[in-house]
Amino acid sequence: MAREAVIVGVGDVPLSDGKVVGGGSVLQVQARAANAALKDAGISMSDVDGLLVAGLWGVPGPGLLPSVTLGEYLGIFPRFADTTNIGGSAFEAHVAHAAMAIERGYCDVALIVYGSTQRSERSRTLGGRPSVLTMQFENVWGIPQPVGGYALAAKRHMYEFGTTEEQLAEIAVATRKWASLNPAATKRDLISIDDVMESMPISDPLKLLDCCLVTDGAGAIVMTSADNAKAHGAKAVHVRGFGEAHTHWSIGAMPDLARLTAAEMSSKTAFEMAGVSPDSIDLVECYDSFTITVLMTLEALGFCKPGEGGAFVSGQRTAPGGAFPLNTNGGGLSYCHPGMYGIFLLVEAVRQLRGEAGERQVDNVRTALVHGTGGTLSSGGTVILANH
Amino acid sequence: MTSTTYDKPLPIIDPGTRPFWDAAREHRLSIPQCNACGKHHFYPRELCPHCHSDDLQWTDVSGQGEVYSYTIARKPAGPVFAADVPYIIAMIQLDEGPRMLTNLVVPDVEAVRIGDRVAVSFDDVTEEVTLPKFTVVGA
Repeated sequence: MAREAVIVGVGDVPLSDGKVVGGGSVLQVQARAANAALKDAGISMSDVDGLLVAGLWGVPGPGLLPSVTLGEYLGIFPRFADTTNIGGSAFEAHVAHAAMAIERGYCDVALIVYGSTQRSERSRTLGGRPSVLTMQFENVWGIPQPVGGYALAAKRHMYEFGTTEEQLAEIAVATRKWASLNPAATKRDLISIDDVMESMPISDPLKLLDCCLVTDGAGAIVMTSADNAKAHGAKAVHVRGFGEAHTHWSIGAMPDLARLTAAEMSSKTAFEMAGVSPDSIDLVECYDSFTITVLMTLEALGFCKPGEGGAFVSGQRTAPGGAFPLNTNGGGLSYCHPGMYGIFLLVEAVRQLRGEAGERQVDNVRTALVHGTGGTLSSGGTVILANH
Repeated sequence: MTSTTYDKPLPIIDPGTRPFWDAAREHRLSIPQCNACGKHHFYPRELCPHCHSDDLQWTDVSGQGEVYSYTIARKPAGPVFAADVPYIIAMIQLDEGPRMLTNLVVPDVEAVRIGDRVAVSFDDVTEEVTLPKFTVVGA
């Protein structure tokens, strides 16, 4: 019988006011998250023979060879390494790559890790990227990055479909309600649509509360074969389908500013592999770098028609108690966003599928869809998970 | 306005992009056109992104187009842009097809709309670099 890859452990590090509790270097926080995930799986670090890492830490410097650096730090010698970096969706791609490696026998235990201490370091600015190669046609204009690119997409979406700023605000309000149920979330006080509308203008039409947080954070995922999971007595979450795609880096090259083409591509692959359609999905965890990211993703994944995202999220439909539970940990908008958020989508989906989400647990979650977005609406990684 | 104290980001010009910036310095908007499929593209590349031919030529284009999307920066992209707030970053769809990011220089940022007709104008920011910016034309 063919080997099946499963997720058997997830872990993260505690945050307080968006900073890692107890402080630490980026390697320390990655090690803590890895340790937590392996403990959760009941598998020891010495059994890890696949290491998947992406990040922007220490560039130029140690982060240039992230798996090599982290492997040395953890004292492990992986025989499979993957440092695919397609932005915040990289970790959804890592699940896909680890699944293929495990099923082919190329490794037995894969560890996926992300960590960042960007809030403690205060390293993120809106100043943009060095104006070399493609970026010489972007940052000379003073585009605040990455929010400006998302703002251009939001403006175009509003123009083509009549989407309103209030509809985008619905997403921020609903996500905050989920965060209020998550003790680990950075922002837990409830907000209203008016609060979002009156928050500081950043890059029209996006305002402060349309934007994700800037926090520290670290997360890790452990995958192995179903047989190995059984031998360790670990609870397995099944990987039913996956897909990845990217379409552009500079926002000027985005094929259609009002459509998330990368998500359309990656989710089509994932749905076909899993053999399910959007109506079989009980729970969605999707990247929320900005409110517009969520709206365009829901359309691209097929949960509503193109242009209907605004109506779809209206009336707090994605909030606790709503018909469409979404981003149940409080998301990048209210829980945490340490630069690349995609690993936390996976951690939350696995906890929900295992019934371990506490006060925010959604009833009867059997199949969950995780979708990461990276770059400036550039890349998509879709993973379909199930607990049966 | 030529200035020796221009402190905003300048393009790091490379061999593949030099013809664009050289033309801009002469107040021409020049972009590659493919001899195989006839389409223009922007930014400049070694192979046509539409048909992947390497048979390309630089062509002066009209500098006319329309606003495909835009955003008003209320927070600057770093301190060097702080004095310009609010300013417009726009994506222009050139009449020849390609889109390009630029600044839209207008008296009233609130009056801009998607679909506005625009024309190129050239801002000589240093001795070496001229930035093609756009203005709204007609009504």
